[in-house]
Amino acid sequence: MNQFLPILIATLVAGTPLVYSALGELVAERSGVLNMGVEGMMVIGAVVAFIVMMTTGSLFLAIIAAMLAAMLLALMFAVLAVSFRANQVAVGLALTIFGTSLGSYLGKSYVGMAIVMEPSVLTAYAARIPLLGSVLGQLHPLVWLSWVLFAGVWFFLQRSRAGLILKAVGEAPLSAHALGYRVSAIRYLATLFGGAMAGVAGAYISIVYTSLWTEGLIAGRGWIAVALVVFATWRPVRCFLGAYLFGGATIAQLFAQSAGIGLPSELMSALPYLVTIIVLVLISRNAALMRLNIPASLGKPFTAEG
Amino acid sequence: MRFELRSKPSRIMVWCSPLISLSLTAIVAMIIFASAGLDPLASLVTFLTAPLVDLYGLGELLIKAAPLVLIAIGLAIGFRAGIWNVGAEGQLTVGVIFSGYVALHYGPSGSGWVLPAMVIAGAVGGMVWAAIPAWLRVRFNANEILVSLMLNYVAALWLSWLIFGAWRDPAGFNFPQSEPLAPAALFPTLIEGTRANASIIFAVVAVVLGWIFASRSFAGFQLKVTGLSEGAARYAGFSISRAVWIGMLVSGAVAGISGVGEIAGPLAQIFPTASPGYGYSAIIVAFLGRLNPIGILLSGLLMALLYLAGDLAQMSLGMPSSITGLLQSTLLFFLLTTDVLVQYRIRLRGPIKEGASA
Repeated sequence: MNQFLPILIATLVAGTPLVYSALGELVAERSGVLNMGVEGMMVIGAVVAFIVMMTTGSLFLAIIAAMLAAMLLALMFAVLAVSFRANQVAVGLALTIFGTSLGSYLGKSYVGMAIVMEPSVLTAYAARIPLLGSVLGQLHPLVWLSWVLFAGVWFFLQRSRAGLILKAVGEAPLSAHALGYRVSAIRYLATLFGGAMAGVAGAYISIVYTSLWTEGLIAGRGWIAVALVVFATWRPVRCFLGAYLFGGATIAQLFAQSAGIGLPSELMSALPYLVTIIVLVLISRNAALMRLNIPASLGKPFTAEG
Repeated sequence: MRFELRSKPSRIMVWCSPLISLSLTAIVAMIIFASAGLDPLASLVTFLTAPLVDLYGLGELLIKAAPLVLIAIGLAIGFRAGIWNVGAEGQLTVGVIFSGYVALHYGPSGSGWVLPAMVIAGAVGGMVWAAIPAWLRVRFNANEILVSLMLNYVAALWLSWLIFGAWRDPAGFNFPQSEPLAPAALFPTLIEGTRANASIIFAVVAVVLGWIFASRSFAGFQLKVTGLSEGAARYAGFSISRAVWIGMLVSGAVAGISGVGEIAGPLAQIFPTASPGYGYSAIIVAFLGRLNPIGILLSGLLMALLYLAGDLAQMSLGMPSSITGLLQSTLLFFLLTTDVLVQYRIRLRGPIKEGASA
């Protein structure tokens, strides 16, 4: 138990940015939009949150700013991919390259600075909850909020009427259009939601997880989020649990240490990427499963005129 | 405002859209200069011309453009077939690892054969790294974009493990770098008074071969058909698996060779970051060059100019060197935006209702 608890907490802490970014991408993909620019949006979220946090000291403002900045990038994506019907893969790549270089441009003078944060009042209250308090008290409120987000996304997609419409837009845009739903508008909203969540994920990494800004901070987590949606076969519960699988792979160093295994740190750092490839292969080899679950219009531009 | 599909792609717009994108990017550059308190127009002129005032600068341009053109030609072959290799960065890195092994072990005592062996080792390294996503895609249907991207990070960690460990220069004051490469492991200089070396020849050969492959070969035609319509390709009996293998292996090989060009060229040593992001910039070069070898040659030279200008802006204008990536990616964004006009024309019908301006 004494060894288990720190590992559990570290896994939750490391998995949280993926919970945000992958659930955001899941909603976007369910509407038929394949935004591969998550990495770029996370970089912008991280750098903007860090700068706002350094200048104002307000966590709340930092997160709002990160969300807005990442949504601006998502808007660029939506204009090109939804309205202009550009190739979604190409635009996603462009968005990542753009976000990454804009991030390092904006963050240049902040490299090497660190944020010192007061422990949250909420955390202090949570620590007093019997039994759960020993875990909750060590987690940032953004970690619990990601659980609320998960519950919300699950309810929205599986139980709500609005979620049904969103899924219809992703499965059969022509029919949804014929029924009078505004396909493009719904895809814009889903893309913007994905952007906002990528922004929070980036903010969480630069402020809570590392408390510093440096180039390469996001380190492919945006791409892992995109892969996560594929292995979750577009289901929220699997997406949520998958995020912690990768949280676990990220902190494998801890497991290895407690088990007394001394492996090169580079191999440990490569683990999340290798796990991503392995799980991607395991899921993708079942072509029938993929075909059954993938939103039918994913990545395909929609025109009402046909 | 709405878009209307043209009956056939506009030939004029194919050429105009890069020019429009360039102009818009120049405007963005001027806004950045102005916001840094510089004279926008004068800074832009300095930015773009200063790197090229002498022979040395021209040599630098060629040495930067060569790997970008070489990699982009390889990527374009896959992109045309709808095979998205975004792992050139990792393939370049593994090319560095394989050829670096040859250079460090046989360079000091070797003679004329070391360099050719390095080029082959680099190509093999790049191909091995590209074969992983190709095989996983063909055999298990795994998305090649995600796999090749993940492998970029793995390759970078592999190289840094070597440089921080087994390959670290004992006389390097603990800096993460290898021993300097032996003269036998370096490309000869091509133009006196510059750093431009013989690795440039690979890029020139690639442009010619790429042009022959794309426009004069049957395999090139098959790949193009595959990209336009997978169904049509399958109907005509062209194998998609073959397209995946060709697209990935060719681009992996040239990315690996570019890695050799870096360590056996200007660096003359192996660092953990052997590539200044060439694998990613080459994606922009390929798109900007319209996946066409001649276009890629031109866009590669332009991207190289942006690299040099970025370095110069850092030294003389005091701007962060990331302005290079910023302007490169802005250019790509504008290009994707204006490319819409190749396939569609804009029809204004009555008052503009939707705010589709961006």
